[in-house]
Amino acid sequence: MVAPAAAALRVVRCGGSSLHGARAVFSADSYLLCASGDFVKMYSVATEETLRVMGGHADLVTGIQLNPHNHMQLYSSSLDGTIKLWDFMDGIPIKTFTVGSKLLALYALGSSEDSVFVIIPKSGERDTFQLVSVKLTKAAGQDLEAKELSVVLDGVDASPKYIAFGREGEYVASVKEVNLQVYFFKQKQLNRFSVSAVKTKSGNNQFTCIACHPTEDCIATGHADGKIRIWRNFYHKKEYTYSTLHWHHDTVMDLAFSVEGTSLLSGGVESVLVLWHNQSDCQKDFLPRLGSPIEYISLASDGTLCCTLHTDNRITIINSNLRFAKSIQGLIKSADVRTGLVVDPRTKALVLNGEPGHLQFYCLQSDQQLFSLDIVQRQYIHQAGLNQADLVKVAFSAQGKWLATVEEREEVTDPELQLKLWFYDEETQSFKLNTRINMPHEDQITDMCFRDMDELEDDSLILVTTGRDCVFKVWVMVEDTDPEAQQSVSWSCDFVGSYHNYQATNCCFSEDGSLLAVSFEETVTVWDSVTWDLKCTFCHPPGKIRNICFGRLTCSKYLIGASDDGFLCCWNLLSCALEWSAHLNVLVLQPDPLSEHIAAVSWLSKESSLFVFKPNEPRPIYIQRNLCREKIQLAAFVPRDEPETIGSEKYLWLRRSQLFFLTDTQELMTLSTKSLQERLTPTSKQLAVEESIPMTPFSLLLGKHRRQQSQEDIDLGKLFVRNKREQDSPAVKELLHTPAHVLPSASFLCPIFINSLLISKQNKSAEEVADEVEMESEKTEDDSDEERDVTEMEQEDTSPLELLGETTCKLSKSQEKELRKIRKMDYSWISAF
Amino acid sequence: MGEFEVHRVRFFGLVPAGVRCLACQPRGARLALARTDGAVEVYNFAANYFQEKVIPGNEARSVEALCWAAGDRLFGAGLGGEIAEYDLSRLCVAHSVDGGGGPIWSMAANSSGTQLAIGCEDGSVKLFQVVPGGIQFERNLDRRKGRILCLSWHPSDTHIAAGSIDVLRVFNVSSGQTVQRIMVNYHVHKVKRECIVWSIAFLSSGTVVTSDSFGRVQFWDWERGTLEESHTVSTSAVLSLSVSEEEDSIIVGTSTGATYQFQLLPVKAGSLEKRWVRTKPFQYHTHDVRAVAHSSTALISGGLDAQLVIRPLMEKMQKKGYDAALRKFTFPHRRLVSCARKARLLLFQFSQHLELWRLGSTDETGKDGEVLPLCRMPEHLVQLKSKGPEHIYCSCVSPCGSWVAYSTASRFHLYRVEYKGDGVSVKKVPKVPKLLLPAYQLQFASDSGSLFIASARGSVHVLQLLEPGGCKHLHMFRPPSGCPEAVYLLAVSADGHWLAAVGGDWAIHIYNLKCFKHHCTVPMYNCAVTALAIHPITNNLVIAYSDQQLFEFSIPEKQYTAWSRMVQNSGLHKAWLERDSPITHITFNPKNPSHILLHDIYMFCVLDKSLPLPDNSALLMNQSTLKQLPETARQRQLHAFKICKKFQPLLFADLLDENCLVMVERPIMDFKTQLPLPIQQKKFGT
Repeated sequence: MVAPAAAALRVVRCGGSSLHGARAVFSADSYLLCASGDFVKMYSVATEETLRVMGGHADLVTGIQLNPHNHMQLYSSSLDGTIKLWDFMDGIPIKTFTVGSKLLALYALGSSEDSVFVIIPKSGERDTFQLVSVKLTKAAGQDLEAKELSVVLDGVDASPKYIAFGREGEYVASVKEVNLQVYFFKQKQLNRFSVSAVKTKSGNNQFTCIACHPTEDCIATGHADGKIRIWRNFYHKKEYTYSTLHWHHDTVMDLAFSVEGTSLLSGGVESVLVLWHNQSDCQKDFLPRLGSPIEYISLASDGTLCCTLHTDNRITIINSNLRFAKSIQGLIKSADVRTGLVVDPRTKALVLNGEPGHLQFYCLQSDQQLFSLDIVQRQYIHQAGLNQADLVKVAFSAQGKWLATVEEREEVTDPELQLKLWFYDEETQSFKLNTRINMPHEDQITDMCFRDMDELEDDSLILVTTGRDCVFKVWVMVEDTDPEAQQSVSWSCDFVGSYHNYQATNCCFSEDGSLLAVSFEETVTVWDSVTWDLKCTFCHPPGKIRNICFGRLTCSKYLIGASDDGFLCCWNLLSCALEWSAHLNVLVLQPDPLSEHIAAVSWLSKESSLFVFKPNEPRPIYIQRNLCREKIQLAAFVPRDEPETIGSEKYLWLRRSQLFFLTDTQELMTLSTKSLQERLTPTSKQLAVEESIPMTPFSLLLGKHRRQQSQEDIDLGKLFVRNKREQDSPAVKELLHTPAHVLPSASFLCPIFINSLLISKQNKSAEEVADEVEMESEKTEDDSDEERDVTEMEQEDTSPLELLGETTCKLSKSQEKELRKIRKMDYSWISAF
Repeated sequence: MGEFEVHRVRFFGLVPAGVRCLACQPRGARLALARTDGAVEVYNFAANYFQEKVIPGNEARSVEALCWAAGDRLFGAGLGGEIAEYDLSRLCVAHSVDGGGGPIWSMAANSSGTQLAIGCEDGSVKLFQVVPGGIQFERNLDRRKGRILCLSWHPSDTHIAAGSIDVLRVFNVSSGQTVQRIMVNYHVHKVKRECIVWSIAFLSSGTVVTSDSFGRVQFWDWERGTLEESHTVSTSAVLSLSVSEEEDSIIVGTSTGATYQFQLLPVKAGSLEKRWVRTKPFQYHTHDVRAVAHSSTALISGGLDAQLVIRPLMEKMQKKGYDAALRKFTFPHRRLVSCARKARLLLFQFSQHLELWRLGSTDETGKDGEVLPLCRMPEHLVQLKSKGPEHIYCSCVSPCGSWVAYSTASRFHLYRVEYKGDGVSVKKVPKVPKLLLPAYQLQFASDSGSLFIASARGSVHVLQLLEPGGCKHLHMFRPPSGCPEAVYLLAVSADGHWLAAVGGDWAIHIYNLKCFKHHCTVPMYNCAVTALAIHPITNNLVIAYSDQQLFEFSIPEKQYTAWSRMVQNSGLHKAWLERDSPITHITFNPKNPSHILLHDIYMFCVLDKSLPLPDNSALLMNQSTLKQLPETARQRQLHAFKICKKFQPLLFADLLDENCLVMVERPIMDFKTQLPLPIQQKKFGT
């Protein structure tokens, strides 16, 4: 199993990017389905959890629609030219229809029996699109051709927001630039209307979105100047009429009518959801402060919930009475990730720019935002063209006790800069502002780092900032002498260094913290961190230094630098000489904190390539060309919770840390040794339908009861217990939960099933390994939250029992070992098909 | 050095009165308008909304309501408590009847035009019978407390809906009883506030539409007394409301200056269920829109900012043309300024006084477009106040500046003005002959030797002016075929040989002044004459019509000139014909006999007859592009119309001498500052 899977590393998208290519869809039983990159994600509205990720499309998913004739099925369209029909409750693709050309949007109508509508590019013409209806054949088989296309409308726009279908599918309306066209299916009549194209002082008139009234002949259109027009009487070419609603000051991004059509929802850049009653200008309600511009609005079919998708990939769920209910947020897309990718040592979360002025802590495992820390602490105004303060640099101390942030407001005349130092307060479990330094440098801060010394945390903690004002500054903690101060320490500047009046661009401490390397344009200077003497300089003219880093562990005598003329240099600090250099245009240079490996990402001829090397040998250990088509901007090694067992020698560098990188479209990717099938096999989460029973007192009680019962069983006999536990094993669960029509034949399943009941010898060794791991950390469980809660409750329960005797406690330990064993069970059988 | 030295006059402090009410003639082509100063104006739809008739106001007579009855009879009623009938051919009040219920707030005629209903201060609704030669009191309807602010007849004439404070009532006309009483009040936090029903309309379906002081337009079922629909259109009051004749469209005007259209639209295609939907908002006014009217092709609104806005309904238009233009009228379509060319004086006509100004002068010269410093400032010489409540009909100053004449409804005044150094003395000319008054237009001969007075029944009187300060009635011209309408425009030739007069029937008569007889009649054209003038050298009469056509008629030869025929054959430029305001004055340049100087409110034009006419593909307003072209290319691009839009709104333009022009402007902002402050509205981004 291991050997074939290790054949190649796969690039896996795991978050970020502009995820949402289409409006979200509420299923009939309150799940939310979202197009997300190449996948369709299913969220539970109740728990905000990602229940299922349905993959299978080879390109961006551009539209999802429930099958109007079966609300348990979902159509999805993609740029790869296929329409897939899913059973989303089980996450199984039922059918794939190949259309051929790119599909840019999908519409399914209840009135059309067996066809859906898609937008495709017009063949032979650039940037012209047409709305076509696709007949989905009912033939047997999974992969079908759908070539029966008939053009409905020509000259439409590509975005799904630009077309809407009217009541009962009587007509379709499409907008493009300043033109509106309405096509009546029965009468086969096409009416065109237009608004004046002149850009007046109040902005331009262009259409930006459209929605149709569910029961009346009424169309609402949004415009770039923030107006909403309500069109009526549009079956007359001349006597059509419209009224105008105006609240938005910027582009109306999306519109949606309520289920009965009595109210209209609109959203835009202002991050305010507006509810218009009776299409009247005077009666409206607002839901403000949604955080970021609204991109799409969709409503549940029963009208109880509404959901807005935002440009920063957040999903907000809103009650029918316009109250904020829940928010589903993965990696928040910010305008520009200027902080870089930083790993929080405490939570192992990825830290980067979040919503404007905030720092987001993103949990990689659960694809959820842990929390968002407001750094700038100022009201953000959602309006284009304003210069507002934003976070530009962030650094953590080695233990995550201190956090340094830099915010700046770009202004040509006087830039505003602020350096803030935050202390982690154990009590409140959050960062607390300790010191604020106004204008730490005269000009922009280019880099910032803490001295990483694990053992001597507080006293030796040093922060170095480099600035465009040609100096680097060393900041240290000092005792606060002011008796009124609430805190005992604060930060102040200790040393200012410069080198020939060059701009300081990067800084980096060696692993033991004794040396500081600061790059000044073309030169790298090495300073003693105790006396602040300049030790030596390196340069590789004429290139300016782009990145520097020290080697780690066995390679700590090397300093690596990348220059912008395309050279990667390795200097030996002992001999002060160039060890080796390679011609490579390195964009990102990222050392692994837990090993000697350094990853370098280059950008050459429109593709990114990854090189992994050790500083002591000029030959890379691993090369992956054509990592992705986008430019990779940032990368980070995230330590794994437990070292992964990796078969191939080539991938040993991935054993202890995982490499994540962020492209310029803010797509977060990682490298995986697992094969596609393996990743797609349902994890315990996907079976969470049952397990995600809400935490009620009853369920806790039930869980406790079951535990106690099983403990009693253990006393009775080990074998019996095992049998009972085995029933819960993934293989059995898989067997029981997979729908019958996709299961292989019984003769094939039987041996697997029997095998799963047997106690294999291998398990013994696995148990030993697990034992060691258990010593290291208690946090290795990756079960769902609920289950963890249950065990915690259980542990609390057992603690008074400890007084009675050690036996029960030990038994629970052994039980955990078994649990772990079960987790390591090989259920790779599913990958066979 | 530019072509002309221009006196840019901005000291004419005219403040037009606000529009109080509007009335469209049923199935007709006329619109009656009453202003807050009591003036009544009639606009003719067929003649491009030309302001055809003006009845100047009277301080003692306010007009709160106007209505057309019995065909083309116009009635007005006001807070004076009288109902007046207007004589539209003599442009004065024909007779008036006391309503007997205190101040009258509203008046409505039934659909056949045989009965008038008035709503009075004391809460009574009275019916009057329209009889030939007047009106006759018929009966009182059920009287309750509270002034009746608005009235509307049901199209079948059986019921009347009346709006009062907090309540609307429906009367049965035959029994005179109140058959329905609907409270329209408004509750805010249990506090009852007074709700004024400003306007009401009774639809044939039985729906009563009201607009009230809380910004609501409400639709009531009068028989059940229930509210059908309520639309809040504004945070301030909705003051006026008008329904189209097909009853499928309503226009409402609010006190913020916005007007809205409501349309009765089917909910679904082909279904019978229809609903009133607020469709188009318009914001043309800055102040209260006190009056709206709905003609078959246009939405008409008039506000306290003195603007009359005519917004055509594009869907009712057959083609894009001058009918489809949005028109905004602020200033009257006739001249209120007269100019003494030789003496360089300007006479401004206000509603109750005249001002005589001497123009400033300069002795410097400068480049084109340069502002020259004045060596003598313009001087306000005389203010002549008319006595009594009547407003001035017309006024004129003689070219030499020593005679000033004006007329009110009942009196005619002629003054002799003498200039002694810096001082000015005004002496009233005694023993002015008794004439048929009022005079509608006054015109002095170019040698200041005689005065022509346009009068009723198509007649023109000629007065001989005698030195020092006397006059004598010389002759009265009358069209040979007779004419019931008054003369409203006069033109006299520079040599004192010819006089042209236009009456309300738009016929142009030319009289010979030497032998005091009728010379000829210009062939009839079916549009109103807006301006006319006689060329000083060729004695050609140039006529501008309200459809923007231009004609040149040779008086000695009694026929249209060759140039005029050429213009008619090739047609005028499209952009010229689509202009929305009429030519109000024509003058000539003696230096360049081929030049005709014309102007309307928005432009000043030098029409050069020697140049070719532009075709529709050419740019009409090409002066700015011509300036950038080299000399040779410019010659090719030249055409007859040289248009200048620098002076706006232009009330008067005249040529003082060969190279000196006077332009009288009244910048809109200047007179807006004299109006009361509009309702404060929060504007986003300010």
